[in-house]
This record gives sequence, structure tokens and C-alpha cells, in this order.
Amino acid sequence: MPDSNFAAQTARANSLGGERSFFRLLCRYYGTFTLGFLGFVMLLGLGERIGLPRLLIGYTFLFATIGLYAGIGIMSRTTDVSEYYVAGRRVPAFFNGLATGADWMSAASFIGLAGSLYLLGYDGLAFVLGWTGGYCLVALLIAPYLRKFGQFTIPDFIGARYGGDFARAIAMVAVITCSFVYVVAQIYGVGLITTHLTNVDFSYGVFLGLAGILVCSFLGGMRAITWTQVAQCIILLVAYLIPVAWVGLKYTNSPLPQFAYSSVLERLSAREQQLAQDPQERAVRQIYQQRAADANARIAGLPASWQKGQIEARKKVEDLKSHRASILEVRAAERVLAGYPASPEEARRVWQQEAVEFGERGAPLMPHAEPFWSGEADPHKAEHARNVKRWNFLALIFCLMAGTAALPHILMRSYTTPNVDQARRSIFWALFFILLLYLSAPPLAALVKYHVYTAVVGKHFSELPEWVASWSRIDPSFLRLEDVNHDGVLQLAEMQVGSDIVVLAMPEIAGLPYVVTGLVAAGGLAAALSTADGLLLTIANALSHDLYFRMVNKRASPARRVTMAKILLLLVALIAAFVTLMRPGNIVSLVGLAFSLAAASLFPVLVMGVFWRRANRWGAIAGMLTGFGVCAYYIATRYPFFQTTLGLDPGDWQPWFGIEPISSGVFAVPLGFAALIVVSLLTQPPAAETDALVDFLRLPDLPSDGRRSTTRNR
Amino acid sequence: MVGDLRQRRYWIQTRHLTVALLLLWFVISFVLSYFARSLNFSFFGWPFSYYMASQGSLLIYLLIAFVYARWQRARDIAFRNAEANDNQH
Repeated sequence: MPDSNFAAQTARANSLGGERSFFRLLCRYYGTFTLGFLGFVMLLGLGERIGLPRLLIGYTFLFATIGLYAGIGIMSRTTDVSEYYVAGRRVPAFFNGLATGADWMSAASFIGLAGSLYLLGYDGLAFVLGWTGGYCLVALLIAPYLRKFGQFTIPDFIGARYGGDFARAIAMVAVITCSFVYVVAQIYGVGLITTHLTNVDFSYGVFLGLAGILVCSFLGGMRAITWTQVAQCIILLVAYLIPVAWVGLKYTNSPLPQFAYSSVLERLSAREQQLAQDPQERAVRQIYQQRAADANARIAGLPASWQKGQIEARKKVEDLKSHRASILEVRAAERVLAGYPASPEEARRVWQQEAVEFGERGAPLMPHAEPFWSGEADPHKAEHARNVKRWNFLALIFCLMAGTAALPHILMRSYTTPNVDQARRSIFWALFFILLLYLSAPPLAALVKYHVYTAVVGKHFSELPEWVASWSRIDPSFLRLEDVNHDGVLQLAEMQVGSDIVVLAMPEIAGLPYVVTGLVAAGGLAAALSTADGLLLTIANALSHDLYFRMVNKRASPARRVTMAKILLLLVALIAAFVTLMRPGNIVSLVGLAFSLAAASLFPVLVMGVFWRRANRWGAIAGMLTGFGVCAYYIATRYPFFQTTLGLDPGDWQPWFGIEPISSGVFAVPLGFAALIVVSLLTQPPAAETDALVDFLRLPDLPSDGRRSTTRNR
Repeated sequence: MVGDLRQRRYWIQTRHLTVALLLLWFVISFVLSYFARSLNFSFFGWPFSYYMASQGSLLIYLLIAFVYARWQRARDIAFRNAEANDNQH
């Protein structure tokens, strides 16, 4: 095996001196790259001044960045097992942190986060807290021990610690399930951004993005992905921070709005109070409340109300026709009739949705910075609603944190550092780079909100800024306006904002040049591609390493294993793209579920594997099955999308303690822990071998471990 | 036997550090969020709970990761040195 000999040699050569010069080399490469990228953006900005067409700028961003990722992928192609699976275990902490950051920050962080904060106010901060605080768990409970263990995948750890293929197989299924849900959402994001940047069809966008993902991971596995992700992390941070600084300069006179936007927050709440008192605003909300009440009345009157409505709709069409009304009016009435629910059951579903939507739009204005706000007028009901929100907030934080500490594509990254110390420091750097974005999202949401509340709301429909028209034309889910009270002026309640628009349209909203729009899209693309890369590799590795090598063909040669991994990668990518193209509408919201699922099935076994010697195989199996089962059961019976698929009546399947299905982990994780502990205590303690492994994990790196870990690698 | 004792002590201290930092993590994530409505006083111009959830707590998380990495590194080095001394004797 000349390849692994070479790997062992480089590992030895990478003792202190080699490590340092490698680090310096990387700093030089990526420093040059960052300057080059900034120069590239400035050049395009100059080009725009001269009159470069917008579409060309969009294409340049798209092809230049994807070409760059492909280039790095081709340069780091490999067929060596250790290089392919764990990048040769020599990525320095700082760069591993950058790569982890890119792995972590997905389309949901880059595009979705600021949008959620815009829509949810304080309650949206659960995502900010959960997705950063989880790193404390990774740092304290998992990453250093996984690095000390030093194998290739997460099921590897569970297989070795608990013994037996069964535990490994369950872990593998859990890893693949949550990663797959996640990767579909990323590919969906890739398609969305490519379409936005170049106006190509969604399906072309998906395949174009997929090509970028595959060139990289297919040729070079973890090694190529690592060095691409470092570049992607730099691009996505630049693409987020430049516009935020620019917008900040406009509203807070400081390029660091992160520390200066409290004044904007104050002005925002003043404006909110003003809007809440506005008589027209109140009138609009009254109309929506009336519509919600109408829908509820119709639901209560089913099935008679359904027949009545149908007859009325028919009669209206005939009346209009016989009175020779304008063709437009007849068409509109015919459309209402054609869209009328086909059965009383369908009517119930449609009207319930209407009642909820109109009820939300008719509710009083939500103050941005107030925690657990409720619009209920009745103080008793309001107190109850606030409590439900508070517990949901805490539950969501918990699930996102535990999920972060159990998501395999993040944990895999701790295998790629040279030693335990670097693994710990790499988590620090990862969190540092993640915070650069996460500290900027709340100010961005507040600034955009302030701008919309002051420069758009209250304006006459004819004098709205241009971006409003262009974005509501692209897709009504981005932005929808309706002059409900026919006064010709836009009230806040008459506008429905989609969460994606806040980041994607922000450069236009703030009046920045088009090149910034291209930059933001390129950043979003980098975020989605890098996460998709990591996830696809995780899935393919679980299949090729844990299923094929560890269970099916234990004597497969290293070359064969890598070939197998590459074929599987291609296959998984194609399946994921196929699922994405079916456009499962709810898939983006399913991402949150992936966190609960990962937390419930993997978090207890990973933590107890290190911290409780007595945990044994049967306990681990019981823990994983219980966690996964409870979580899946709760989601299947409480999540609206699955309720309709399974034909369950939401009335019979009320959530436990009012906890949303996205936070099902809050029940499943403790139950998983409990099952693990109880079953472990009821069965035989683990063998002496396991004891030795636990000791090995708990102690620091020793010089003698070097030999041990290289033999383990084979 | 000296080595065994040292190994045990190393692990106990790791556990103490882990528990202490997790406690801090728990308080700023869950206790502060639970009382978010009551803690809404002004903090350098920010509503306190909003500031903590959007910035303060995040910086403390970073501090936790930093302290853990630093501390464990120092302890690892001390452990290795002691181990090497034993081997020389």
C-alpha cells in the first residue's frame, strides 16, 4: 500500500516544524485569495459604472466562483483513503475552523436567518442562540473525544465503543436520514439562487449547482472539500459583511452596525407604536379579523355552508353573465367558482388555512424586541399564549443545540485536525467565524425592518420604490401587497413579506449597486454549496465505509473503497437532486426537523459513550431507537404536512404541552438518555476492551499514541 | 501507580471544568431566556434580554470554547511532562 505509507510519512513529517510551515503556506495562499476576491468584486463594481450589463455581472459571479471551487477540487484530487475520508488529518485548527464554519453556515443561515428575525422579532433569536450555543456542547462533550478516537465516521465511533454491527447500522440510518433531509434543502437553495442570479430555469439551476458540488467532492473527497470550504467561508463572510457594513453606514453612521444599532432599535419601536395607533392600519387589521371570523363561521356551518357557498358562486357567474357585466368581472367570478373546494372536507382544510392566515394578519402589530409577545386582548389568554411561546423558545434552543452537537457533517470535521488540542481550538475558530455572520444578522433584520416601516409603509401605491414591484412580480411568496381598504395607501398589514427576501433583496432595498446583489447571491451560493458538499460526503461515506467496508466486504482494498465512495456519492447526489426537483414545498421547513432527529438519535449515545463507562451495546441500541422513534412519531403525528399525508385529524393529535413538532427533540432526547441508562443497567456491563477504549478517549494525546493511531488508521 | 493516580486526577479535573462551563452555558441559554420578559431593563441603550440573546450570550459561548481549549491545552502539556519525567526515572 504505497499510498498509506505516504500518508504515514507525511503524518510523521508533519511534526511541529512541518506543521508550522504548512500553516504559513496556507496563510499565504488564502491571504492572496482574499485580496484577489476583493479586487475581483471591485473590478466588477467599476465595470458596472462603465455600463456592464447586469446579467453579465450575474453570470460572471456564478461561473467565476463555481469555476474556482472546481479548480480547487481538481488540484486536490486523491485516491488515498485517509486523504479521501479525513483530508490526511493535517488541517490546522484555524483553517479547520474556517472549513467547519462553511460546513455549518447553510443557505438557511445566510439567507433565512435575517428573514426569520425580521418576521419573528425576539422569538427568532432562538435560532441565533441555538445554532451558536450548540458549539459549546460540541467543544465540551464531543469533538475532542472524537478526535482522540481518530477514525473516519460517526458510526465508526458508535460501532467501536458499543461493539457490534447492529448499533453501527442504526447509527448509520440515523446519520443518513438527517443528512439527506438537510441536503435536499441545500440543493433547493442552490437552485433558487442560481435562478435568481442568471434567470435560468430552476431545474438547470439545480444541475449547474450539482456540477459544482460534484467536481469537488467526487475527485478529492474530504481533502478537496476542506480546501474549497475554506475559500467558500471567506467568500460568504465577505458577501455578508460588506453589505451589512454598507447598510450600517447609511443608518447608524458606523460600518459596524453590530455595535451601533441600538439607536435604530429605539427608532424602530417608536415607529411601531406610531403604526399601532394609526387609524387606517387598525381598519385594515379589522378587515382581516372579519375575514378570519367569516372563515370560522363557514367552518362551523359545514357541510351546509359548503353547498351554500357553491350555489352562491354559481349564481354570481350567471347573474354577471345575464347582466352583461364586463368580461373581467365574469372571468374573476368564474375563477372563484373553479377554485371552490371540491368537497366539504377540502373546504374545511382550505378555510382553516384561511382562518389562520387572516387571523395572523389581523392581529395587532408585533413589537420587534419584545420577548414572547402575544396579541391577545384577554389578559388571561395572553398570559397563556406567552407561556406557550416561552416554553417553545426554550425547547427550540435545546433541540437546535443538541442537534448541532449531533449533526454528523460537523462532527466529521473534528477528525481532520492533526491532534486533540487542534480539534479543540478548531471549534473555537469555527464559532468565531460563525459569530461574524450571526452577530450581523440581527442588526441587518432591524435595519431592513426600519427601512420598510418608514420608507415603504404609509406611501401611496403609485410611489412605492421599484424593488417592491420587481420582487412581488418574481414570486408572490417573496412579497405580496393588497390594498384591502382601498385607500390607495400601503398599510403595514397589507404587505406580506417572505423570509428570503430580506437578505436577497437587501442591496436593492438599501439602494446599493447591482454588484452587491451579485455578491450576496454568490455568498448564498457558497453557503449552500459548502454545506451540501459536506452532507453528501457524510452520506456517501456512511454508505461506503460503514455499510460496504465494515459490514459487506471487510477485505476491500483501499482503492476499491475510495472508488465505491465516489460511485455512491454520485448516486446520492442524483437522488437528492431528483427529490429536490419534485419541489416538496415543505422541505425547507423540514430542516429544523433534521436537528431534532439528529439530537434524539445520536446525542445521548455520543455523550454517554465517553462520560459513562457503564453504557453498553444494548443500552445504546435502546437509546438510539427510542430517541429516533419518539422523535419520528411526534413529527409524523403533529406536523401539519404529515398529518394531511397520513389523513390524521389535527384535533385528535394535539401537541404535548403545546410544543411545536420542530422541537420534538425536547421529549425524545431525555427519553433516549433514559432508555440508554435503564437498559444498560439491566444488561451485562461492557467488556474490558471497551473499558480500555474509554480510558484511551479520556486521556490527553501522548507521544505513544502516534503509533497507535496510525495502526488504527489501516 | 503514580501514573494511575495522575490519570484519574486528570479525568476528574476535566469533568469539573466541563461541568462548570456547562453550568455557565445553561444559565446564559436557558435561565436568561426563561426570565427574558422580566429582564427587559435598558442596558447601554439596549433592552437587556434582546441584547443578551442577540450578542451577549454569543460572545460568552465563544469565551467558553476559548477557555476550555486553553485550559485543557495547559493541562495536557503538564500531564505529558509529568509522564515523561516518570519514564526517565
